[in-house]
Amino acid sequence: MTNHLRADFPILDRLVNGKRLAYLDSGATTQKPIQVIDAVADYYKTCNSNVHRGAHTLADEATTAYEGARAKVAQFIGADSSDEVVFTKGTTGALNTIAYGWGLNRLQEGDRILLTVMEHHANVVPWQLVAKHTGAELVYLELDDNYRVDLSGLDKIMDERVKIVSVSGMSNVTGAIGPVAELVAAARRVGAIVIVDGAQSVPHLPTNVATLGADFVVFSAHKMLGPTGIGALWGRREILNEMEPAEGGGEMIADVQLYESRWAPIPHKFEAGTPPIAQAVGFGAAIDYLEKIGMTEVRRHEIEITQYALDRLAEVPDLRIVGPTDVAIRGGAVSFELGDVHPHDVATILDQEGVAVRAGHHCAKPLMRYLNVPATARASFYVYTTPEDIDQLVTGLHRARELFGLT
Amino acid sequence: MALEELYREVILDHYRNPRHKGSLSHADFHAEGLNPSCGDEFSLDLAVADGVIVEVATQGQGCSISQASGSMMADIIKGKTVAEVEEISTNFKLMMAIEEGESPIDPARPGAVLGDLEALQGVRKFPVRIKCADLPWTTLADALEAAQS
Repeated sequence: MTNHLRADFPILDRLVNGKRLAYLDSGATTQKPIQVIDAVADYYKTCNSNVHRGAHTLADEATTAYEGARAKVAQFIGADSSDEVVFTKGTTGALNTIAYGWGLNRLQEGDRILLTVMEHHANVVPWQLVAKHTGAELVYLELDDNYRVDLSGLDKIMDERVKIVSVSGMSNVTGAIGPVAELVAAARRVGAIVIVDGAQSVPHLPTNVATLGADFVVFSAHKMLGPTGIGALWGRREILNEMEPAEGGGEMIADVQLYESRWAPIPHKFEAGTPPIAQAVGFGAAIDYLEKIGMTEVRRHEIEITQYALDRLAEVPDLRIVGPTDVAIRGGAVSFELGDVHPHDVATILDQEGVAVRAGHHCAKPLMRYLNVPATARASFYVYTTPEDIDQLVTGLHRARELFGLT
Repeated sequence: MALEELYREVILDHYRNPRHKGSLSHADFHAEGLNPSCGDEFSLDLAVADGVIVEVATQGQGCSISQASGSMMADIIKGKTVAEVEEISTNFKLMMAIEEGESPIDPARPGAVLGDLEALQGVRKFPVRIKCADLPWTTLADALEAAQS
């Protein structure tokens, strides 16, 4: 498998509580390869400056680096042009930009926003705010027995009232892949726009916005080897041109007068203030790194490591997977329950074994309520995850069973 | 090892068999605690007569530490005066290093000061879990504040 990549990730060499680190929390944030760390440091060492202003050499170099990163993001997702890629604070920032820039200005009473019960809070709460302001209504698709979005009632739900469909490309809790193609086809028939929350899917699945057919795809750099504090919003040019900015300030204007202003062209009209420049450079380096592996290989590795994890976890008595067990329809975020051992206790015990997992509601409380589980523990994988990490997890789970007297 | 100290048998017993579980139809004071970062919940009903806590009922959902702490708390405060409960609460917070000061626990006489609750001392070695142990006690403080206002 991909053991040779591990040498690029300095943090993976450290010990945690005296044990080898098995970092299984990549769904929360991934570790960073030295190439990304160096790119950020080199930017600060050699050409740190503000972008799009000032005629000096450093400003020009910083602008070239920043816009170069945008071009890499555009190319990575198969966008027609860099103009369609807006840098945001992350997936949450991007979803809020759409909710406020498009939803708030376009929706009215009687309109509907279609979501699924497996959405992250970032794809729920902004729409609740929009609904409150506009009088629009939220409608949810539920799940089938296999944790997939249940599309059986879709024809009935998808009518002219639905103006926005926003769906996760991959659940951060169950790992289930979202039915983006089906929702795009259904939304087209009624003229609704489709937003893909790609926070988990873009880092893990080959993504091509040209063939996907959605209107927006949003994702975060830090879940795909890049820095925190930056993400991307891809949108169709004609929609971006029509969409109002959610934030005003410097950088995003063509002209400012005392009582009104005109906006800069896309994408800059959505990037008020000094952007996260070093982070964009790091984002570009992360994309270079992923391109070098190839997203097909990233997915192949994920299927392999997830299958290995599901097989090994099946050996642990009292363990229940909360998510699909067929790797073809899921990614590498594996949620589970272990008997009556609470997930926080599981996480504490695993941490003593050097294993980092997430425990709790994973910012998806509606999903947890829907599945009737108060919390889960979640092991999530990325390109550097090895069978040894999974073995260490399984050893830690046996230790948890022993401490809690499960027999 | 630290984990054995954290997950003592008495803690697991309170976690699996919480004492005074339920609610009071005639509660004088009610408070609810929530730890939004992890989702742990704890609710507390108190019936107070002549300054004495005569009945306690709790409900909750969460990790072994938060729920065991709540069960042990319910056990120790029942039948005590509000003033006594406040002293117990202070001693608990000193023991857990939530409040600064000398721990009241006497190692020579285990359980003499805070009973079963002394088993929670092991949590101090896991700083991120101290807030779990504290959840029932912040809920209690809310209920007592209501009692005094």
